[in-house]
Order: sequence, then C-alpha cells, then structure tokens
Amino acid sequence: MKKISITLLGLAIAAAVVGCGTLGAGADVDKLTQDMVRGAFRSEGIAKVERVTATDETLKLCSAADAAGKPLEPAVAKRIEADNLKTVKWPSDGKFLGDWKQGEQIAQSGRGQTWTDAAGQPNGGNCYNCHQISKEEISFGTIGPSLYHYGKLRGVADPNGAAARPVVEYTWGKIWNAKAYNACSNMPRSGHMGNLTEQQIRHIMALLLDPASPVNK
Amino acid sequence: MRSTLWPVAVALACAAGSAAAQKTPAQAIDEYRAMLADGNPADLFEAKGEGLWKQKRGPKNASLERCDLGKGPGVVKGAFVELPRWFADTGKVQDLESRLVSCMETLQGFDGKAIAKTEFGKGEMANVTALATYVAAESKGLAFNLPQAHPMERAFYESGKRLFFMRGGTHDFACASCHGEDGKRIRLQDLPNLTKNPGDGVGFAAWPAYRVSNGQMWGMQLRLNDCLRQQRFPYPEFGSDALTAISTYLGVNSKGAKSAAPTIKR
Repeated sequence: MKKISITLLGLAIAAAVVGCGTLGAGADVDKLTQDMVRGAFRSEGIAKVERVTATDETLKLCSAADAAGKPLEPAVAKRIEADNLKTVKWPSDGKFLGDWKQGEQIAQSGRGQTWTDAAGQPNGGNCYNCHQISKEEISFGTIGPSLYHYGKLRGVADPNGAAARPVVEYTWGKIWNAKAYNACSNMPRSGHMGNLTEQQIRHIMALLLDPASPVNK
Repeated sequence: MRSTLWPVAVALACAAGSAAAQKTPAQAIDEYRAMLADGNPADLFEAKGEGLWKQKRGPKNASLERCDLGKGPGVVKGAFVELPRWFADTGKVQDLESRLVSCMETLQGFDGKAIAKTEFGKGEMANVTALATYVAAESKGLAFNLPQAHPMERAFYESGKRLFFMRGGTHDFACASCHGEDGKRIRLQDLPNLTKNPGDGVGFAAWPAYRVSNGQMWGMQLRLNDCLRQQRFPYPEFGSDALTAISTYLGVNSKGAKSAAPTIKR
C-alpha cells in the first residue's frame, strides 16, 4: 500500500514538474529555463513578477550573450546603445547639478525596490556598493571603477560652463541609463528604471562634478 | 604610595601603546573575522538537526533514518557533496532542503507544501534548516562531486547557467553582476567568482552558514532567496526548480572543492 502511494505521489509531482524528456538542443534548455522562471517566481510586496517575465530586449540580449560567453555583435551593441540613449530624460529645468551633501547620502544608501521595501519611499543610489567615490569612505566596492576625483580628472573647473558640457551630459546620461554608452554594462539604469528621481540624480551629479565636493578635493 | 600608582602606570602604558600602534580599519576587520572563527553557533543547529534526524515525529511517528539523500536510505555521510541530484522516486532533481521536505512528507507524514510555504526560521522550516546543517556537517572536508549522469541533471546545470546570467529586476542585476568576475567586492565584502570553482570552503562550499550580523542559520535556499531579494527580483518559491537549477550550476562548478559547511559568516 505504501509503495503504491509513494509511486502515485512521485507521478503527481513529476507531472507537475517541468518535463525534461530528451534534452540536448539549446532551444529546449531555453524553454526549460523559461518554464522554470514562470514556475518559480511570484509577486511579493512591490517586486512584481513582470520584473523577470517581461524584461526588455537589452536585458534579454545581454543575458544570452553572457551565458554564451560571446559579446554582442558590434552593430547590435550600437543599436542597443542608441535605443537606450533615446530614453534619457534631460533635466526639466536645464539644471544638471544639485547639492553634493545630499548626493553623498544618496550614494551611501542602498535602500529600495526590494520586496521588503515599502512603496513610496525614496530609494538610494547604491553607488558605494560598486564604486569608490570620496577619499574618506573606505567601505567601497570594486565592481565598478573608482570615481574618486571624477570631476578633477576630467578638468571640470566650472560644471555650468560650455567646456564641461560634454562631460556633464555624459555623466547625466550614464546615471540615467548606463546602457546608453555600454550596451551590456553591469550598472543599473537609475533614471530609466525609476530607481532615482531627477532631483536625486542632480545631487549625485554635484557629488561627482562640483569642485567643492570632497570627491574633487 | 608606590603600589597605588601601579594601575595608573599600566593604564598610561596601554594608552601610549595603542596610540603608537593604531589599527587600520582593514586590520580591525581581519581581527574581527579571526574572532568569528573561534566557536561557531552552527554547532548548536547541527546538534539539533542530528536529534531531529533520529527522533520519531509527525503523523506517522517515524524518524528520518530511512531517508534517501542520494546515496541510499539512511546514508548521510557524503550525501551533501553530491546534491542537487536526480531522484527516481520523485522524478525530480532536488537539492538538500527540498529532499529533506520530501522525506519528512513520505516517511513522517508532514505536509510538504505547508512546510515550503512556512517562513524561514519558523516552525518546521526551522527544523529543515537544522537538519540541513547536520547533513552538511557530515560531509565536512569532502570534495564536491555532483552527479551529471542523468539527462535531467545535465539539463538543470544548463538551465542553472542561464539563470545565473539572467539579468532582471529594477537594477538589471543577475547573479553574474556580482559573482561573475575574479577579485571583486561589494562594499568590503569579497565576492567569489561562481562561474568556476572558487576554491575550498568558498561559495557553494560555505553554506549552510551561521550569520553573525543577524544571528540566523541560513541554508542555501535562504542564501539564494536573499540574493534574489537584493537583486530586486520577485519572490522565488522555496524548493522551486529554478533554485535547484542555480544550485546545480554552482555545485557542479565547485567539483573538487572541499566543503567547509557549516561555516560562520559576518
């Protein structure tokens, strides 16, 4: 009796589980993977299941390239970058810089967007998780390049002047949508994905580009 | 008079000594990590797990001593370093924690679905963590050697690899965003490269682990759950195929690395 019930249980579980059959071809593994994603994830708090089931073309192509160990074809990468550049919203009032002191706080904070975070709370920039920024903060990550002396190294004496404009625009664009300049960048797209507000990005811009910021001292 | 000045003299000497040999933050962190290594609360969870393995429990009032973790009923030693693997009776590739739940269901009569829905650290889920700690400890020092003979085991490795590189969430993070390169760290936390064998006692070979920062015992299911939370992903169900596949990818990559589980973490 016990044997029969275990077999039935096994069959029931096997039927509910993604079928494996004879797998070998890449397309079958892709389908198995997609089925796994649909079966594994549920919406929780503010983290909706669409975050994995409805990713955009940029993420789909870069994920596939990473898994295959082959970078995107240069033409495809250029198109992806152009598509992402189109999403950049430039400052509504033309002001690129805010307050570096608030920028430091935003850079320090990793809050927000997880399923344990409440909706409607300001998010952090997560910046120090990956980057060195000021000299004083020794708890910095190395996933991204050091941003210490960011403005100074680029010769930014007057962030509002014409000479600094290309650097200022690049920096804004990079924070808004990092993939606009590197199709498969590891860096989040803070403006495009709604992680940071325009005002928060102005503050980070000041942290990096204001000559008075500790980053440039 | 002279005897009462002794403690003052010692105190002044100590103050002078520490001012002269000021620790750098990096040195202080290294000392903290060394202190952590002396006495691991995971031992308590291991003992609890061993008790639960042998105790008659559940509606069927049976122990788990006939549970087959892949090397035959009741064989615990060496089982941990061969998981996840395919099981004929369930027709699934299973990791340690989902396999323990299967055994709790079939041998002891517990409701596996209810256990899977129980919060980590509570009720029978806490018992699963203790059992996992015990089973892992019985393979301490052994080298990972996950089987890849069954087609489903190979399929789960390949799917696990795709999942590892799958970018998603509001921050475009994949596992690979943090664990895809050598020599990286997030803040001051070193990150093992999990696309290959990261060495003895590292990565897959380091969990279950006791986390000092929150005083909790974490198995691999919770470790992956919290990684995915910080990736801003939606919630991954306990024991889901996706988590098993990721574990399979990590475990096969660790082939030859010696398990150090259960370890202690910051």
